[in-house]
Amino acid sequence: MSDLQNLYQQIILDHAKARHGAATQALDSIDDIGMPDGTYLGQSHQINTTCGDDVTLRVVVLIDRPTPEQMVIFDSLPFEISGDDPRLPQLIPYINQVQWSGDGCSISMASASVLHDLVTGLPVAEARQLIDTFRDVLRSRGKIEPDEEVLGDAAAFGGVSRYPARVKCAMLPWVALEAALNEAQSL
Amino acid sequence: MTPFPSPTSPPPRSALALTDVEVERIRNDFPVLSQRVNGHPLTYLDSGATSQNPISVMEAEQEYYEQRNAAVHRGAHSLAVIATESFELAREKVAAFVGAHTDEIVWTSNATEAINLIAYSFSNASLWLGGPAARRFRLGAGDEIVVTEGEHHANLIPWQQLALRTGATLRFIPVLDDGSLDLAAASEIVNAKTRVLAFTHASNVTGVINPVDDIVAIAKGVGAVTVLDACQTVPHLPVNVAALGVDFAVFSGHKMLGPTGVGALYGRSELLQAMPPFLTGGSMITTVSMEAAEFLAPPQRFEAGTQRISQAIALAAAVDYLTETGMGRIAAWEAELGQRLVAGLAEIPGVRVLGPGVGVERLGLAAVDVAGVHAHDVGQFLDDAGIAVRVGHHCAQPLHKRLGVTASTRASAYLYTTTQEIDLFLATLAEVRPFFGVTDAASSNSIGGK
Ligand SMILES: Cc1ncc(COP(=O)(O)O)c(C=O)c1O
Repeated sequence: MSDLQNLYQQIILDHAKARHGAATQALDSIDDIGMPDGTYLGQSHQINTTCGDDVTLRVVVLIDRPTPEQMVIFDSLPFEISGDDPRLPQLIPYINQVQWSGDGCSISMASASVLHDLVTGLPVAEARQLIDTFRDVLRSRGKIEPDEEVLGDAAAFGGVSRYPARVKCAMLPWVALEAALNEAQSL
Repeated sequence: MTPFPSPTSPPPRSALALTDVEVERIRNDFPVLSQRVNGHPLTYLDSGATSQNPISVMEAEQEYYEQRNAAVHRGAHSLAVIATESFELAREKVAAFVGAHTDEIVWTSNATEAINLIAYSFSNASLWLGGPAARRFRLGAGDEIVVTEGEHHANLIPWQQLALRTGATLRFIPVLDDGSLDLAAASEIVNAKTRVLAFTHASNVTGVINPVDDIVAIAKGVGAVTVLDACQTVPHLPVNVAALGVDFAVFSGHKMLGPTGVGALYGRSELLQAMPPFLTGGSMITTVSMEAAEFLAPPQRFEAGTQRISQAIALAAAVDYLTETGMGRIAAWEAELGQRLVAGLAEIPGVRVLGPGVGVERLGLAAVDVAGVHAHDVGQFLDDAGIAVRVGHHCAQPLHKRLGVTASTRASAYLYTTTQEIDLFLATLAEVRPFFGVTDAASSNSIGGK
């Protein structure tokens, strides 16, 4: 496989065309979106100034609430209990939905598509770990062999780490996810 | 790689142009060109962004540091005198090269700073600095500044900011589909309120060479000051600013075989005399008290602080190199390369040239949109073959938007570019869409892009 084929692996070219999770319209304002209880919205717009690649990514974080049945039981307890009582099972925030819009090279567009598939449904903490792992691989200049078990399709971006000028393209949606998660969790 | 099939009727070779043999000899003066990149000989097609330096330019800079380095216009010792003389001789050479008087050339860091110098001087005049002489540069509500839709950001943003600071209105002359200016619209947009008309001599994206005479005539008709961005012409065509009749012109040394860090502002003597300074401090004053200062005449009035001496001297060496080669011959050579480029591009499926087509005058450059493949990916593919091109918006976002794209891939030639390099670029570009699996039938079959 030539260097160039290693950079543009078929998985990347396929994702660049398929664009999983891409919104049909550009995502801009998040003001007027009615969100159900217990969901938190974060959004981030990232630009690669060297080439103008542009990604807006929106994430919906859901924090599990006790079900109505559970609530009935709580209400019948002989003492008061609140939703964040440590005696209750941990409520884990997870990523309920990822949506993005953008314009850019095949690396950045494929990266957003792969990201969508990987993190949807993942607990936020695990998604954050994945972002760190992906970043480590990309910054390694080819030294870290990506673990396909962990990174799935994102392992195909291992070749990008040998092209310092393209690392930012691949990172763009991941940086957007990180910022969007920070925003969602600050609410 | 198979050579690219040459266009059915190759453009006639001009007797004036450099010959292939001369270009080969010229290349020997540019050490950087003999490098290998990614296992291939370097094919440098990014001179529109920055040019390479001949040995004589690098030697001029080194010789200065080895034998003449001293602060100019400041000391009385022998070295300082020699340094000052060399520095001023450089100004004389660069002035002569563009048809200006020596004291009409102000050194700047680059063209961008030169445009900012004009804008900030006008801004200062609008704050009533510079006294009655500078009244003609005052801008305020009701005044208009006109640029074109085809400008490099360097000739747009300083004017946007000047408008914001002064309350003047910024307007623009539209660009037509073929990249040329809408001159009919220009005669309406430029009116009695127009105080400044800033426009590029040639586009760094489309390669279009604008009709300076017509535009200057329109500006003169309403008494507007003209500012010419000559970044893409001074390095490539014979340019005489006085004959063009513009009030100001700017260009950058690094695009004309010179070093980075030096550029020049040309201003008609009478105008520079009347303008208040932009940067202030040492070396630009006559007498100073704790309250106020009097300023030197131009060009020193606009050269505050220790100057880029070695760079100016090296730029003069670049001008010598260009003059000895002959600007007319360089221009004719690049015109041939430009035509070879567009003729070849016209034959590659899915490739659209931004700007004029085959047979229309253009610089030795072409920017293209490759259907279904983002410019960044095109550039990567070419780089793998050792071909250096510019990808992105080339600091001209509004122009790209006007031409319906966000980014493009640009190949730009110079006096050291060979026809083989152009052909290699064309042949390699033709392989891009097949590599990315983009077929002619479906443009929706897009990799990247919108
Ligand atoms: C047409 C044009 N104007 C202005 C500039 C700005 O030149 P510099 O960055 O050297 O100031 C450039 C170079 O990129 C250019 O091509």
